[in-house]
Amino acid sequence: MSSLNVARLDREEAADARPLALELHGVRRLFGTRAVLDGIELAVRRGEFVSLLGASGTGKTTLLRILAGLDRATSGHVRVAAARSVVFQEPRLVPAMRVWRNVVLGHSRGRETRRRALDALAEVGLGSHADAWPRTLSGGEAQRVALARALATEPGLLLLDEPFAALDALTRIRMHALVSQLCERHQPAVVLVTHDVDEAILLSDRILVLAQGGIRFDARVPFPRPRQRLDNAFGALRARLLAELGVAPEDAVA
Amino acid sequence: MPPVPSSTPVAAGPPLALVDLPSDSLAPTRSAGVAPGRLASRALAPLLLLGAWQLASATGFVAREVLPPPTDVAAAYGELISTGELQEALPVSLARSLVGLALGGGTGLVLGLCAGLWRRGEELFDAPLQMLRTVPFIAMIPLFIIWFGIGEGAKIALIYAATIFPVYLNTYAGVRGVDPKLIEAARVFDLAPRGIALRVILPTALPSILVGLRYSAGVALLALVAAEQINARSGIGYILINANVNQRADIIIAGIILYALLGILIDIIMRAVERLALPWRGKLVLA
Repeated sequence: MSSLNVARLDREEAADARPLALELHGVRRLFGTRAVLDGIELAVRRGEFVSLLGASGTGKTTLLRILAGLDRATSGHVRVAAARSVVFQEPRLVPAMRVWRNVVLGHSRGRETRRRALDALAEVGLGSHADAWPRTLSGGEAQRVALARALATEPGLLLLDEPFAALDALTRIRMHALVSQLCERHQPAVVLVTHDVDEAILLSDRILVLAQGGIRFDARVPFPRPRQRLDNAFGALRARLLAELGVAPEDAVA
Repeated sequence: MPPVPSSTPVAAGPPLALVDLPSDSLAPTRSAGVAPGRLASRALAPLLLLGAWQLASATGFVAREVLPPPTDVAAAYGELISTGELQEALPVSLARSLVGLALGGGTGLVLGLCAGLWRRGEELFDAPLQMLRTVPFIAMIPLFIIWFGIGEGAKIALIYAATIFPVYLNTYAGVRGVDPKLIEAARVFDLAPRGIALRVILPTALPSILVGLRYSAGVALLALVAAEQINARSGIGYILINANVNQRADIIIAGIILYALLGILIDIIMRAVERLALPWRGKLVLA
């Protein structure tokens, strides 16, 4: 099944005219003598929303950090969009800066800067919080500021490192919709690292499963949006992904 | 709501023992500020002490020359003000401690930033400073007198030497204590190293730096007292030395209280500085 998928992807890849946002060839990352990533091959195009699933310790976050430039591959070729940004699991806002300054953290200071920050904040529905201190925000609001900061740089590649994991269930649902809508509008290539199979199916165009140092599963999500968890096809894909992740059907409650 | 029919045998068991937990409406209310009654009870002990002191001296239980009563101390202030000694001494002592504090605190800040931000700075400065820190600064007085004489130089030098370390230690710890994840995020967003130092690390470490400065301000006062014992020709120390020569315990006590008031003043100023410099941390929330 895997090889079949890959063959189909190659054909689609050839027909796809969208520019490449990232390209990996034979990427290896050793920690000591253990190869966490062992020959990763991957290409993602602009506008593609890719979820990266994997059990704990399979190197999802390592791969994302390599893409972000925060870690280096031991060997192999890594080519990524020059303009990229990250939303981490924690908001990581500078507490001593007002919200809008956080949004334009890396930008040169000028007259346009505040305007750009306000626009980005308006997009995440926090236009009125521009002059607040990060300490006064709720967890969900802070994460939306982090999202605004990531999008304010107009990234070609947006890296999301479990950005919803620390949010409560209701806030998470709203964040899913917001991220989906903003990525639709800005069309970056997105790589989302997550543990949550449902989240991956709801949001992505394509799902990868990382195991034993390589991409063991790579499939497009064929369902139209907005997606419903109650669909039969949703359930089937969910079961398949859980099996890939080593969770047997009898392990799950629902 | 209709009662839910229960099918479990537990429902038929004996009733559970229930207790009433207090709610706010039952508990005595706490006022937010300091109630007049509490203020009175807080003032009670100091007032009693003052009364006992007055009584002991006035009745001759303690010799007036050994422990003059509070009224004599108050009279001593009147004397110092009328002769103009106090007005002359206060700015001199204040200037000494502030100049020493500014120089020592500034040095501590620069060294702390160097050691905190650069590995090379840490290698160069940290070990020697940690060693020097263990030297009690008062032990340096004889050496400073040889080096700088008995004029203003030795006094400022002593305050300088004493105030470096609290600022240095807290700056270094504050810079090192900045969440590495925050710095990583700043790097991802293409903030240059200089920008990271100035806009992320320094403001985030500022609370710790100001704690160091406040501590140094206290130490500056301590060093001032010690320094003014060195042949002072002006300042509060001069008043004290003169009073000592003339066996005037009332003026000595007045001088000691003056030092204490100076300490309170410096603390109030430092707290105000903290409130102004750290709006993002305080209780005052803008949004």
